[in-house]
Amino acid sequence: MYVEGNPIADTAAPQVPLEKRWDERKFTAKLVNPANRRKHRVIVVGTGLAGGSAGATLAEQGYHVVQFCFQDSPRRAHSVAAQGGINAAKNYRNDGDSTYRLFYDTVKGGDFRSRESNVYRLAQVSGQIIDQAVAQGVPFAREYGGLLDTRSFGGVQVQRTFYARGQTGQQLLIGAYQALSRQIDAGNVELHARTEMLDLIVVDGKARGIVARDLITGEITTHLADAVVLATGGYGNVFYLSTNAKGSNATAIWRAHKRGAYFANPCFTQIHPTCIPRSGEHQSKLTLMSESLRNDGRIWVPKRQSDTRPPQDIPEDERDYYLERQYPSFGNLVPRDIASRAAKNMCDAGYGVGPGGLGVYLDFADAIKRLGRPAIEARYGNLFDMYQRITAEDPYQVPMRIYPAIHYTMGGLWVDYDLQSTIPGLFVIGEANFSDHGANRLGASALMQGLADGYFVLPATLNDYLGGTKLDTIDAGREEVRNTEAQVRQRIEKLLNVKGKRSVDSFHRELGVLMWDYCGMSRTREGLTKALERIPELRAEFWRDVRILGSKDELNQELEKANRVADFLELAELLLIDALHREESCGGHFREEHQTPEGEAQRDDGNFAYVAAWEHGEIPVLHREELAFEHVHPTQRSYT
Amino acid sequence: MKLTVRIWRQAGPKADGKLVAYPVDDVSPDMSFLELLDVLNQDLIAAGEEPVAFDHDCREGICGSCGVVINGQAHGPERTTSCQLHLRSFSDGDTIDVEPWRAKGFPIIKDLVVDRSALDRIVQAGGYITAPTGSAPDAHATPVPKPSADLAFDNATCIGCGACVAACPNGSAMLFTAAKVTHLSLLPQGEPERAQRVLDMVDTMDDEGFGGCTNTGECVGSCPKGIPFASIATLNREFLKASRTRR
Repeated sequence: MYVEGNPIADTAAPQVPLEKRWDERKFTAKLVNPANRRKHRVIVVGTGLAGGSAGATLAEQGYHVVQFCFQDSPRRAHSVAAQGGINAAKNYRNDGDSTYRLFYDTVKGGDFRSRESNVYRLAQVSGQIIDQAVAQGVPFAREYGGLLDTRSFGGVQVQRTFYARGQTGQQLLIGAYQALSRQIDAGNVELHARTEMLDLIVVDGKARGIVARDLITGEITTHLADAVVLATGGYGNVFYLSTNAKGSNATAIWRAHKRGAYFANPCFTQIHPTCIPRSGEHQSKLTLMSESLRNDGRIWVPKRQSDTRPPQDIPEDERDYYLERQYPSFGNLVPRDIASRAAKNMCDAGYGVGPGGLGVYLDFADAIKRLGRPAIEARYGNLFDMYQRITAEDPYQVPMRIYPAIHYTMGGLWVDYDLQSTIPGLFVIGEANFSDHGANRLGASALMQGLADGYFVLPATLNDYLGGTKLDTIDAGREEVRNTEAQVRQRIEKLLNVKGKRSVDSFHRELGVLMWDYCGMSRTREGLTKALERIPELRAEFWRDVRILGSKDELNQELEKANRVADFLELAELLLIDALHREESCGGHFREEHQTPEGEAQRDDGNFAYVAAWEHGEIPVLHREELAFEHVHPTQRSYT
Repeated sequence: MKLTVRIWRQAGPKADGKLVAYPVDDVSPDMSFLELLDVLNQDLIAAGEEPVAFDHDCREGICGSCGVVINGQAHGPERTTSCQLHLRSFSDGDTIDVEPWRAKGFPIIKDLVVDRSALDRIVQAGGYITAPTGSAPDAHATPVPKPSADLAFDNATCIGCGACVAACPNGSAMLFTAAKVTHLSLLPQGEPERAQRVLDMVDTMDDEGFGGCTNTGECVGSCPKGIPFASIATLNREFLKASRTRR
């Protein structure tokens, strides 16, 4: 199934005390003379929080940035859909928050599978992110005194989450997009919208460019540069139904993986507890309700199994507020993995509500009584409207129904402290890398990581690479460039020539069901083995029987999807292997064989306190990066 | 439910287009409008006919990718995005017309897909606050009165879908531009570049071929995010003030 390779280590983090590492790294990083920066071309793929902020910042520094997104505008990147908020250790509330506490919460929340040095840096720059966003005009929620408002999120006991109603991701993304727009107008960023990266060009072992397809004309083009930055988001759509945007895909990171970049912890998939349950077979994607709702909403199920009475007819003493009962000190605000599994357990035991019993109530009746409807409207109005639009139920009158769904992937390409992958010159930022969240991501930390990487971390470490690396001039005639381009063309021809009977979507849906059933919220050796038998068959069927109409020289959305689903069919296998080899439970990875007598996830720190970094090959090669916990000592996570 | 959809089919920017009727059987009122198009496309693929091209991504009403004219109305009969419109807004047996955004500023690419990059160029002309990374003062150093912050937020929620342009009889981008100008003009941070911003944005809007505003109000009626009509008055006021000092 896999073979063992040499251990891998992060050699970029300076060997100084934790608090000083980032300052030390910035100081030792080589600088590039401002006059020389414009001679360097840097490719940035993706325009979400990570890619948009990186492109804008690198251009401000004077680099010539070539930026790509598959959407028609950088503003549409999926970061735009994040709802709840962004964490920062500013201690504006004087409630005991600090850089160290944000670091501590994040390492613990990630179930001790992230790197201390990376997470500490994330906490350090978090305050600066808020300053930067405010300076750009991001309209965060404010109090009457004109100061910023905050709220709390799952897994923490301080109020450190800054928010813009339920549209924080949108507002932060628009901020980054506007900063990027300014640089486009200034001529420092060359934007290619509706253009998709289809391969990575590696010359002399270094990332030197990409092959891309213009989605309107179908033209295949090569773009050369001195460094390539991938900011292409997560791969949750491998499950077909997820909260990801429909276009979110794994192609860029998967093709880079096949060119030599290690893929770390692919099985760490976050299941988000507050998603609107699916309504039928037609479902194309799932919609998340912000986790912030758990601040005021109470989660419950009927005490009686298969109770079909409408919620308002179920008296108080016949309701089970199971999170408050099981986790009294965190209650409804337990971390996502805990809340998701608890909901699944209740539904599996027959207490679920709504169609098929796949749902639990998220009830605002108490909050409305306590605070009044206007206060709830002000806090969550758009979320309530969205819920009503999708379900045709009024959550001001009846409790919402929620169920867990695939949301965020903590795995991604392996990067060192400099955010550089195992291919020199290939940097990976935001959700596309694996670095900061461990096995579970706490709420309001994805926005923080995307912007930290893009605005503050990458610009410093990329300087070091460009300032310290000798790069030959290459041109489009180089063999490696021509070969890579030829392979992209061949693959597209091959896809179009299958001329089979089944639609791309039918393959994707089948893959999704397989992954959700056997590698979803809980995993077993048996189920994973079964899925691993089916995936190669499904992949073979795909290449034998997929039907793509239309040509390659025009806007062809089926061709786009087919290209991506082909990659998902490969990635899925690595994901299953990773889940199978990790004989423990942690964060979003719950192996039924490994649980405590209370049914909680049972970590095995003795054997699995490492990052699984996979190298591509005929058979995947496992390289372990041992994780050291010098400051936050691994303990059984307890939220009771 | 059984529905008939009449969809604008156009192979490319220069090709002729026409409405083509397709019956769609067995759809559910809980489906979104885009899921109706998904079902139709699966049927078309099975029949060996090219599926309908349409823009969509988040399907949560926030990315602004989707947008079609449904029965003559941008985003259809409800005040929301096409992806958040559900079939329960229609009746069994209905015939539904689906067309792309129609405006001089939005050339058609294929079927229901149009080119909205002109909106990006309006933002590039000045829809930002100049704030280089890494030099920002502490966030609490710049208090913003809550009413201003709230109104700025209301305007900042524009998703750039272009429904306002498609709904306007003049094909004007006034509401889009007004939202950005109003958002930024309410905040102390962008004050020094306030006048230049509005002049540059309005100039670009004109250059991109968008029509003028005649206060028809169709834009507001079709805006899925409820950008206020008053923002257009703010844009006019900002523009007039800035024009007096134009150099």
